Amino acid sequence: MGRATRLKLQTNPDRVRQERRVAGIEFASVRYAVNAKGDAQRLLIRDVSLVLEAGTTTALLGRSGSGKTTLLRMVNGLVMPTAGEVLVEDKPTTLWETLTLRRSIGYVIQETGLFPHWTVERNTGLALELQGASRQEATQRVMELLALAGLESGIAERYPWQLSGGQRQRVGLARALAADPGILLMDEPFGALDPLTRAEMQSMLRDLLARVRKTVLLVTHDLDEALFLAGRIIFLDRGEVVADHASGDVLGSENEHVQRYVAAVRRRSEP
Amino acid sequence: MREWLHLHGAEIARLTFEHLWLTFFALLLAAAIGIPLGIVLTRYERLAKPVIAAANIVQVIPSLALFGLLLPVPWLGENAARLAILALTGYALLPILRNTYASIRSVDPALIDVANAMGMTGMQRLWKVELPLGASVLLAGLRTATVTCVGVATIAAAIGAGGLGELIFRGVASVDNGLVLAGAIPAALLALLADGGLGLLEKRLSVRRDA
Repeated sequence: MGRATRLKLQTNPDRVRQERRVAGIEFASVRYAVNAKGDAQRLLIRDVSLVLEAGTTTALLGRSGSGKTTLLRMVNGLVMPTAGEVLVEDKPTTLWETLTLRRSIGYVIQETGLFPHWTVERNTGLALELQGASRQEATQRVMELLALAGLESGIAERYPWQLSGGQRQRVGLARALAADPGILLMDEPFGALDPLTRAEMQSMLRDLLARVRKTVLLVTHDLDEALFLAGRIIFLDRGEVVADHASGDVLGSENEHVQRYVAAVRRRSEP
Repeated sequence: MREWLHLHGAEIARLTFEHLWLTFFALLLAAAIGIPLGIVLTRYERLAKPVIAAANIVQVIPSLALFGLLLPVPWLGENAARLAILALTGYALLPILRNTYASIRSVDPALIDVANAMGMTGMQRLWKVELPLGASVLLAGLRTATVTCVGVATIAAAIGAGGLGELIFRGVASVDNGLVLAGAIPAALLALLADGGLGLLEKRLSVRRDA
């Protein structure tokens, strides 16, 4: 099934869902360097190779500056690797037409990045608007999406400033799913929420991901969140993969990086 | 007083209209140059500093001197209104250019990032995100430019381009305060009106971000 078909509006979900192909992601010897002071170069990503199977959820875990976000942004071509390549659906991002690639990938960030001058409806339907969908089609799909994200349809006419943090995050998620992308990139999606709302959102997302088959790449520094949502957890440190575990194996891992992470969380949860 | 108004009323109206006409065309020209140029500068950051500095130079030339300096320039000097409009454009350009540039730079980088990630083209990002979100800053520049233009346009009378400055210059020459005020008061009212009107529009266009 070609790219064009996959991008088409899914007006009848039951008809399309079975035949849809979900895209996988591959990082092949990826490096990313930035110019530091003088002639020196600083490597933000050093030689990362990973294959993310289609339809799986993978979490990238690591401290700030470990390269998680840079790696994530390579998938939709917001960052291009200095060496190596990133493949989406077995095709290097350099060969994809940039706009087509980006429009076929859902993107959720902390604080959601909702456009403050647009209503929830226009924010959510943006991907459809960019594809040239009719207003009627878009409205119908937006209502489906809001329901999918656990929001009431009455919210459609509101502006982002009229929503709670949790509601905003749900709208951000609904927007990312609008064009029915095969890939979902989430960068600290719940970072700005209070712990209770955060837990609610994690449960909602887990239920939602169980229903829609997506290849999800989740950046977080929260081990609990990663364990709860992802089937596989990749630990990054200074631009390198230092551990790569199925989430069931993380707590018993012998790897020192993982153990340090687990110990930090354990200490926090002790009374 | 009534007699005086009867005598000068028609002239004041004519000169006010002339004044508006000069200001309007100068602003139109300045916006037509300044807004696109300001947008281009946000795409070619390296050019921003020198171009804005160049626009700044016009701003610091005293207006009377600028009118005088342009007078001997061929084509320009032949028509006083033409010269006045061009000189006024020079004064209006900087605030418009600078604020257009600033308006787009003021948009939250996270929103630009999302616009790119959603697959917007540069033009879509400009029209759907950058201009609407920067509109109030851009309009503030237009407002400054308008007030400046209305003020500087009174000087245009010195080179015979007309406008309310004509009454002021004539009043000063004949030591007739009534005549000076007949020029100054409408000019001040025009500036206040433009300032208030555009200020209101600016407020309407500003986007609310938080509860």
